[in-house]
Amino acid sequence: MSKVNSVFKSLRRSPYQSFAAFTMTSVTFFVVTIFTLLVFGTHEILVHFESQPQVTAFFKDQLTETQVKLLKDKLQATSYIKSLNYISQTDALKIYQQQNQDNPLLLEMVTADILPPSLEVSAHRVSDLPELAQILEAEPEVEEVIYQKDVVDSLKKWVHGLRIGGLALTLLLLLGSLLTLVIILGMRVSSRRTEIKTLSLLGASSWYIKKSFLIEGIIYCFVGAVIGWGFTYLLLLYLTPNLLDFFSGISLLPISIVFMVWLLGAELLGAVVLGFLASFSATRRYA
Amino acid sequence: MMIVFDQVTKKYGNGTVALEDVSFEVEPGEFVVIEGRSGAGKTTLQKLMLKETACDSGTIHLDGDDISKISARNLPLLRRKVGVVFQDFKLLSDKTVAENILIALDIIGISGEVAEQRLVELLKLTGLTNMRELFPSQLSGGELQRVAIARALAPEPKVLFADEPTGNLDDKTASSIIELLQTINNQGTTTLVATHDHHFLKNQNRRTLYFELGKLVKDSKKKDQSLCPK
Repeated sequence: MSKVNSVFKSLRRSPYQSFAAFTMTSVTFFVVTIFTLLVFGTHEILVHFESQPQVTAFFKDQLTETQVKLLKDKLQATSYIKSLNYISQTDALKIYQQQNQDNPLLLEMVTADILPPSLEVSAHRVSDLPELAQILEAEPEVEEVIYQKDVVDSLKKWVHGLRIGGLALTLLLLLGSLLTLVIILGMRVSSRRTEIKTLSLLGASSWYIKKSFLIEGIIYCFVGAVIGWGFTYLLLLYLTPNLLDFFSGISLLPISIVFMVWLLGAELLGAVVLGFLASFSATRRYA
Repeated sequence: MMIVFDQVTKKYGNGTVALEDVSFEVEPGEFVVIEGRSGAGKTTLQKLMLKETACDSGTIHLDGDDISKISARNLPLLRRKVGVVFQDFKLLSDKTVAENILIALDIIGISGEVAEQRLVELLKLTGLTNMRELFPSQLSGGELQRVAIARALAPEPKVLFADEPTGNLDDKTASSIIELLQTINNQGTTTLVATHDHHFLKNQNRRTLYFELGKLVKDSKKKDQSLCPK
């Protein structure tokens, strides 16, 4: 009589208890999956915003190609630069025309002469922006540097807070899941303490008794992880068309199937560990 | 298996003396009846043999081993040597007759065809062949007793301890159970039967240990010798 088959038989014979345990683990893993996706999504959104051009220097006059190259080389010499984009007066006009193509009046009023040339500077890290702004402000050709210090500072705080908070909440959620499972399995173990006692009197070793509960705990978590993940993925597929508009411009959706399979793999691994730990602590009292 | 109780005393937490200065020996292959009223200490004997509880003084030797010195790690090995038919059967209610017996084999690492073969033998011996797929709730008292005996015998223990095997059974069923225990004993298993049913056992020519309030008052093996201190 294989141990796993025996456990499945036991689950079938106490359907209500099993259903309650499967429901609890499924809900737990559903929340874990949603939360993981939220943390991942938040990270991607922050990465997106961090990678946007964040310092723009406007020049007094049109620069020569040599001047532009010199300035670019000077900035590139620092290790902060992710990308540099020089926008001449002609380019600026094109962008302006594109943005206001529905308003002919605005188009007529503006010519290339009144639009200043500019340099858009993107850094690897938000924290490097103040230094880049200082370098640009020191250049004689630069008339103005637009650097939204407050926004960047605020963004930096949020990035830091969300990462620390995300990590803390993930750990808290995992701990909560572990405790929930310990309680569920503890109730299962407690309801079968007569059986445990009998097995012990029949000469079963502590490991023999624990084994079936460990398998049971792992099955609960394993199935719970698959169901929780499956529901989340279905929900995500359903919501993706609506979310695509909201997150336009950010390469977040649709979430790749490869990522979701990795997530499932990680959850299944976590489920095995969680099921083992929960069953082990639940049976410690009786076996 | 040789069983030796030497000056064993057991008191429970509430001050009840379950056994007092009890000494006896059981030879391998013997059939011994342990007789006494409720509270005489019969079940305590069984608990001490399985080391379910420890004695306060004295020693118990099973097969030469002092069981007080057996570690928790080796306790399962001791328990596998002693098959017990519990007073309340202790059958697993969510398992069938066959599964209840197979679990005792699984515990000692016997599974598959060997286990199935042993199961068939035990079902035949106990007359349960047609009931293998039934659950305990579907069985009568006598049938439950037979399942408990089959399970106790599954690992081929050296000793079988049956605690009140005829309790609450009608005479005919009780008689069949005693016959079954005798058959098991005839096959070489040391058999101890604890009972309060002296009317039923008085006609049997077997060694009987009489217990009263935790004391061994008479051992029929020692003819005309009362062990009760006057």
